[in-house]
Amino acid sequence: MVASASSIESSSTSGVIVAEDGIPLKAKLARTTRRTRLRALLLTMPLLLFLVITFVIPIGQMLLRSVNHTAVVNVVPNFAVAIQDWDENDSEYPSEELIKIFVQDLARARKVREVGKTVGNLAVRVNYEIPGTASIFKSAARKVGKFEDENYREQLFALHKKWQNPNLWRTLKRISHAYTPSFYVAAIDRQYDEQGNIVKKPEKLSIYVDIFLRTLWLSAVITGICLLLAFPISFLMSVLPLKTSNLLMIMVLLPFWTSLLVRTTAWIAILQSQGVINNILVWLGVFGDESRPQMIYNQTGTIITMVHILLPFMVLPLFSVMKTIPPSYMRAARSMGGSWLYSFYRIYLPQTVPGIAAGTLLVFILAIGYYITPAIVGGQDGLLISNLIAGHMQQSLNWSLAAALGSILLVIVLFLYWLYNKFVGVDNLKFG
Amino acid sequence: MKKFTPVSAGILLAMGAGLVHAGTITVVSWGGAYTNSQVQAYHKPFIAATGNQVISEDYNGGTAEIKAQVEAGNVTWDVVDVELSDAIRACDEGLLEEIDHSSLPAAPDGTPATDDFLPGTLYDCAVASIVWSTIFAYDKSKMADGPKTVADFFDTAKFPGKRGIRKNPKANLEMALMADGVPAAEVYEVLGTDEGVDRAFAKLDSIKSEVVWWEAGAQPPQLLADGEVAMTTAYNGRIFNAVASEDKPFEIVWDGQVWDLDLWVVPKGSKNKDLALEFVAFSTATEQLAKQASYISYGPARQSSGPMVAKFHNKDIDMGPQMPTAPANLTNALQNDFEFWADNQDQLNERFNAWLAK
Amino acid sequence: MTVSNDPLVQFQHVQKSYDGEVLVVKDLNLDVERGEFLTMLGPSGSGKTTCLMMLAGFEPATHGEIYLAGKPINKVAPHKRGIGMVFQNYALFPHMSVEENLAFPLQVRNMSRSDQEDRVKKALDMVQLGDFGKRRPAQLSGGQQQRVAVARALVFDPDLVLMDEPLGALDKNLREQMQYEIKHIHERLGVTVVYVTHDQSEALTMSNRIAVFNDGVIQQLAPPADLYERPENAFVAQFIGENNRLAGTVRELNGEHCAVETVDGSIVHALAVNVTKPGESCTLSLRPERVITNPEPGSVNNNFQANVVELIYLGDHIRARMSLCGNDEFIVKVPNSAGKSALQEGASAPIGWLEEDCRALAM
Repeated sequence: MVASASSIESSSTSGVIVAEDGIPLKAKLARTTRRTRLRALLLTMPLLLFLVITFVIPIGQMLLRSVNHTAVVNVVPNFAVAIQDWDENDSEYPSEELIKIFVQDLARARKVREVGKTVGNLAVRVNYEIPGTASIFKSAARKVGKFEDENYREQLFALHKKWQNPNLWRTLKRISHAYTPSFYVAAIDRQYDEQGNIVKKPEKLSIYVDIFLRTLWLSAVITGICLLLAFPISFLMSVLPLKTSNLLMIMVLLPFWTSLLVRTTAWIAILQSQGVINNILVWLGVFGDESRPQMIYNQTGTIITMVHILLPFMVLPLFSVMKTIPPSYMRAARSMGGSWLYSFYRIYLPQTVPGIAAGTLLVFILAIGYYITPAIVGGQDGLLISNLIAGHMQQSLNWSLAAALGSILLVIVLFLYWLYNKFVGVDNLKFG
Repeated sequence: MKKFTPVSAGILLAMGAGLVHAGTITVVSWGGAYTNSQVQAYHKPFIAATGNQVISEDYNGGTAEIKAQVEAGNVTWDVVDVELSDAIRACDEGLLEEIDHSSLPAAPDGTPATDDFLPGTLYDCAVASIVWSTIFAYDKSKMADGPKTVADFFDTAKFPGKRGIRKNPKANLEMALMADGVPAAEVYEVLGTDEGVDRAFAKLDSIKSEVVWWEAGAQPPQLLADGEVAMTTAYNGRIFNAVASEDKPFEIVWDGQVWDLDLWVVPKGSKNKDLALEFVAFSTATEQLAKQASYISYGPARQSSGPMVAKFHNKDIDMGPQMPTAPANLTNALQNDFEFWADNQDQLNERFNAWLAK
Repeated sequence: MTVSNDPLVQFQHVQKSYDGEVLVVKDLNLDVERGEFLTMLGPSGSGKTTCLMMLAGFEPATHGEIYLAGKPINKVAPHKRGIGMVFQNYALFPHMSVEENLAFPLQVRNMSRSDQEDRVKKALDMVQLGDFGKRRPAQLSGGQQQRVAVARALVFDPDLVLMDEPLGALDKNLREQMQYEIKHIHERLGVTVVYVTHDQSEALTMSNRIAVFNDGVIQQLAPPADLYERPENAFVAQFIGENNRLAGTVRELNGEHCAVETVDGSIVHALAVNVTKPGESCTLSLRPERVITNPEPGSVNNNFQANVVELIYLGDHIRARMSLCGNDEFIVKVPNSAGKSALQEGASAPIGWLEEDCRALAM
């Protein structure tokens, strides 16, 4: 009692509460809880590591790659530095001196076989900006070794008339940096004109903005259809006896247990023009044999198949919310005179909002990044932005453009999430 | 070695496989009937002759995986079957090992490999094995008086029905121009101009609403068999195999074919580089190339293999006339210009995708 | 509205089965008078809640007819019955404020906004929650939520209010307080209330009449005092209040009086409630508080010596367990009043009771 009395006394003088042995209480508390906190940290460590390795690092790399392309600075390093002093408003072409540096860099690079530092890399990079120039870099690299030690510009310009295009040199100056916005410029259907201004691409080469809009629109349609289909079934499941609702739940989840590819391919068998549905419709006489409707390899196919695949993601959060809404709410509303429809609209529906919010967010975000299904059944007008990203990853190998498109997609998703948070509230989401 | 009977040699090699030489390489190709022809003609003899193991993997073309593996420094593919433009570009970007042409076996008559291979089939980093072609085909049981020329493919008034086309500008733009009356020799010249590209797209536009797009080589025979399309572009070997092995009533139209090469490449940093190069040399010997041609109708890249190509491996079908390189099939044919595509594919892909989406 | 003497609610031969095999309500006949507070009391599964739900319209009757104000309502949808209802867990709409909850039935009736506000205010004042209108239900205590639920059921002036175990979730003190409040509201408004509970003290406190349910049948329908004092059968006697039971056989039957021989041979004089003839087995029912310790000689006509087995001190009274007439669980409540001689555990004590307090019920 005496000791505690004195500690209270000392605390009142120094402002620090001290335990019986004279150590400040805060330090004492920290010491006793340190072990617990350490253990908690150790327990979460695997997940943290996993997230860092599989999520943070790849996204960081993607963001980096979307603005970083080192081909020019790696392949013609001296030229990349020197050309920055050239004022393209002063002269049509860089000076003889600069072109000499370029030719020497090119001759040196010809012998390099290291990934990312070859003439091929440079050629591809310039080709992104000025299509049709890849081959002049490659053929020049083979020939510059034999150049005489004078009149470099003349010798180079003699190789191909494309070297005489002043825009080529202006472009070279513009892309002679490790960091560049040009992939974002390309990702929003813009390009640099000869004066270096960002302008709209010609209509026939514009694609990404349209596809982004289409992706958002299709995802919204898919989400809407999922909601329309999932709401009644979830409601039914939430009011049926456990045995029946479990059976329904299994039917909803069954597609989950089949491979995505199998399901998608099954839809081809069902929807194709010689498929099950068309055969039935023709047999019923709804359509003639020659006028079978096209239900797959287009937007319709994409919508049908993706709704089927994403439906469980809508049903589960809806069901988990509806299950917790006691039937007495509807009964109360009806006893007070509300018709079934009115009570449903005023009382039941608002309480399912957390489930609707979670389900729509989940389905929409999944749909917006969906790849494999539109690739298989999308045909020409059912393609989504992820298919173009995959195309740049796998076919054109323009990974920087793929990264820029991916980053834009990421920003759109984050923006939607922010909007959502503002209007629905993320605390209000209930996933299951 | 030559004194051994084949049987004892086989036993010895089998033992050796388990003891001394036991190497394993991963060979990647396009799957289906094509990979099968390679397994029969290359892999199995290679395993029997050297005691090494060959793991066969499928892919859908392109150099994305090679680039990813090389950049990550974790190369798991040892030999890959690629198209010419991809081989050139990957080599230019330093993604491939160089291949010493002198290591390739000479022809049986002693002609050195560099002379025996067809012109334009040997590159710094790649050795061609076959000549394949993009053709178009139809089901003759459903179309008695079928199309004869590439113009017919684009004529939906004369030949109604859906068309299967690969979802890629390559070969399609060329065929469209040829169908529009451009002689094969001038196709790339025309395509090199904006007007030429517009012209090609305008031709494609004329059948756009009737097109079913395919991506994997196995799809077109299936689309034809299902009746989903009336005619489709395809790789000639796939159609031939559907006819030869599955007795499908398909007919190939060679007019306006666009032929190309498939080549072996070795990704840079392959963990089994020596063995991979050994495999490349083994499989491009005269006898192996000729043998492959008895499983699928792709033309061997060596001149000396030509005369040895005989009949389909288990049927009485002469393989000679089935080859893209058979004289009758070359009357109106075009070789894919890898340089044109290296320069223009980014822009044309973009334009193609934009056109598709409209 | 003209006041008539017809019952407000009539159940006529109502039966209910959920599965087509078991009747949970068997041939129910019940009249609820206007202005009455009628409680349906019974153990769980006795059919009382089912009756309430049929009345509210949430469950269809399998057979029979229910009348509301003289009109058959079997085919009338719940929202057209005009019945207020208070639910077990209040069923206050969580996404609406208290005011919005109360305004809901008024909006449905297209009442003008100012009328709505008036009524809501009045109803909130009635339950002393005038300042809580803007809050959400989750921000209220259990008792406050309960009051809002009552106010909401009454705000649209229904003739009939149904309450389904409304106090079940409250703690004991609050529950008792709310019992009085609801009772007073009922008395003030004169509304007809049908109340379901399994808590007999709640039923006794609040009701004008109580219908005791068991096994789908009304065992007895009577005012609380009658039910307690004059249970008509062994179930009611046992279910309402504490009760001593002595098994025996009727020896003599003389009008309202009878003599019963218990298992140990003692003779007990009792009221013959529904025994019909001598020799019949019966149960004697006797309230613990009606047993008198150390009775004045001659004051009671049943006198026994009982062994005190156990004494439990409960403050206001002492609960004595005794052994008597072959029953070891015979309970006697001894008021804890000054001057009473204390009982001793293990000792013998004289006890007795009046003939009128002991009821012989047929088994």
